[in-house]
Amino acid sequence: MRRAAAWVTYLQVTPLSLVFLLFLVVPIATIVVVSFFDYNTTEIIPAFLLQNYEELLFSPVTWQTYLQTLEFTVITWALTLAIGFTIAYYLAFYVRSATWQTVLFLVCTIPFWTSNIIRMISWIPFLGRNGLLNTALLHTGLIHQPLEFLLFSDFSVVLAYVHLYTLFMVVPIFNSMMRIERSLLEAARDGGASGWQTLWNVILPLAKPGIAIGSIFVVTIVMGDFVTVRLMSGGQTASVGLMMMNAMSLLQYPAAAANAVVLLLLVLMTVGVMMRLVDIRKEL
Amino acid sequence: MHRRGPAFWLLTGFFALFVLFLYGPTITITILSFQGPSGGLTFPMRGLSLYWFGNLFEKQMVGDFAGSFQRSIVLGLATMAVTVIVSFSAGLAFRKRFRGASVVFYLAIASLIVPSILISLGIGLLFRVTGIDTAWYSSAFGAHLTWTLPFGLLIMFAVFNRFDRRYEEAARDLGATSWQTVKHVIVPIVLPSLIGVGLFGFTLSYDEFARSLYTAGTFNTLPLEIYGMTTNVTTPVLYALGTFTTGLSFLVIALALVSTIVLRRRRARHGSDAGKAA
Repeated sequence: MRRAAAWVTYLQVTPLSLVFLLFLVVPIATIVVVSFFDYNTTEIIPAFLLQNYEELLFSPVTWQTYLQTLEFTVITWALTLAIGFTIAYYLAFYVRSATWQTVLFLVCTIPFWTSNIIRMISWIPFLGRNGLLNTALLHTGLIHQPLEFLLFSDFSVVLAYVHLYTLFMVVPIFNSMMRIERSLLEAARDGGASGWQTLWNVILPLAKPGIAIGSIFVVTIVMGDFVTVRLMSGGQTASVGLMMMNAMSLLQYPAAAANAVVLLLLVLMTVGVMMRLVDIRKEL
Repeated sequence: MHRRGPAFWLLTGFFALFVLFLYGPTITITILSFQGPSGGLTFPMRGLSLYWFGNLFEKQMVGDFAGSFQRSIVLGLATMAVTVIVSFSAGLAFRKRFRGASVVFYLAIASLIVPSILISLGIGLLFRVTGIDTAWYSSAFGAHLTWTLPFGLLIMFAVFNRFDRRYEEAARDLGATSWQTVKHVIVPIVLPSLIGVGLFGFTLSYDEFARSLYTAGTFNTLPLEIYGMTTNVTTPVLYALGTFTTGLSFLVIALALVSTIVLRRRRARHGSDAGKAA
């Protein structure tokens, strides 16, 4: 009976394991292997070369691009964290009825289930040269010429990131906050703590796991992004993802693979640091 | 708990602005998609018409919209079905200890955090190296599963952590086999969550771009088609497409929400119907 149960357990987890093996482990291994291959204009040639890495790491363009991507990552992380934390805090502690809490939470999460690309395009009539914002500002007389930096700029890239990914902060932070014992807050108040002190010394430390999970999502998405940068910067800004895409379109697969390995290591290191702050399995 | 002081109103204002920020752009393009035939990408509205929606369905105007739409729907439904079944099954397995459990768990986490473009690139390269042609129903299907399955698994963890095992024990005491217990006790109880997992699976796949990029092969899925359009279409037909596809997403979300609510209501009225099945 017990042996049969063990057999069933393995059978139950086999499909999941197979998908991860075939479409995650083997592909990533392929990237690593191909990153050492040689190539010419028409084909890739099995070999063991460090040339792809040398060309990548000794190019100033690589470093500039990685710096640019890291800059986007840090700015987006800070903004989504600040906004996400505030929204989660409001939902968890200021909305009193459970029904309203659910409804408002859904209102925040529903856009996640719609197309990202469409949501990016949606900014065009708002931010464009003849867009709503410029028209409104011209009407009020605050400006005399349309603002050019609103669309197809680093500004619009960050705006789109915040628009698309703040949700990834709201959900886990809200989840952490909802687990905080309300009696702790009463104890803090009874002990004479002000609202700010309670927020800083009680809520913030207890919301850390949620903050860590949200940060992992936002940071990994922005580091690997290329669509948002491509669409929202109008092709004027580089990103690591775009760099890979360019190599791919020139059929320089090994070069793209080497870049992918470097990016993967960077992402894994960042996540490794953040994972130390949180035990994800406890959070479910 | 909190008196409704200035902090409450300040935060309420902030929340309202956030919601406006989330939905404002979508509402704007929805309005603009009803532009008259001579209208442009920005306001003012030049008349009100369904011209651009009609335009959407004329094949030669905007590439293969109908075909890519069909492919995305089929792919989304397949991803939905597989995600529900596979994550439910794995969720059952994870309730017991088994060797390799932590390996599979960390693979799921890795699948979430490895940037989509790397998965796309990796699968694309793998198929190229092995000489198999990539296609939306094979390589892209697998790529989508690496994104939907971790979500499904994590949801199943959360569900089974809150699952009252006494229902199962009661069923077993009454002589139910394991299979009967799963079918008549566990599935009915977790059904609302399974619908949630299905919703995740469908919409994540339906909207997925990065993971389809190097895996979809010859025929585009809808997000790839939309991406292509953004670079060469400069008419409101783009907005019509946006309104159309966002509307479809809303429809799926509404269906999932309504069925969850109906299930909860029924359960509240009748108690759990878990034991009633023959």
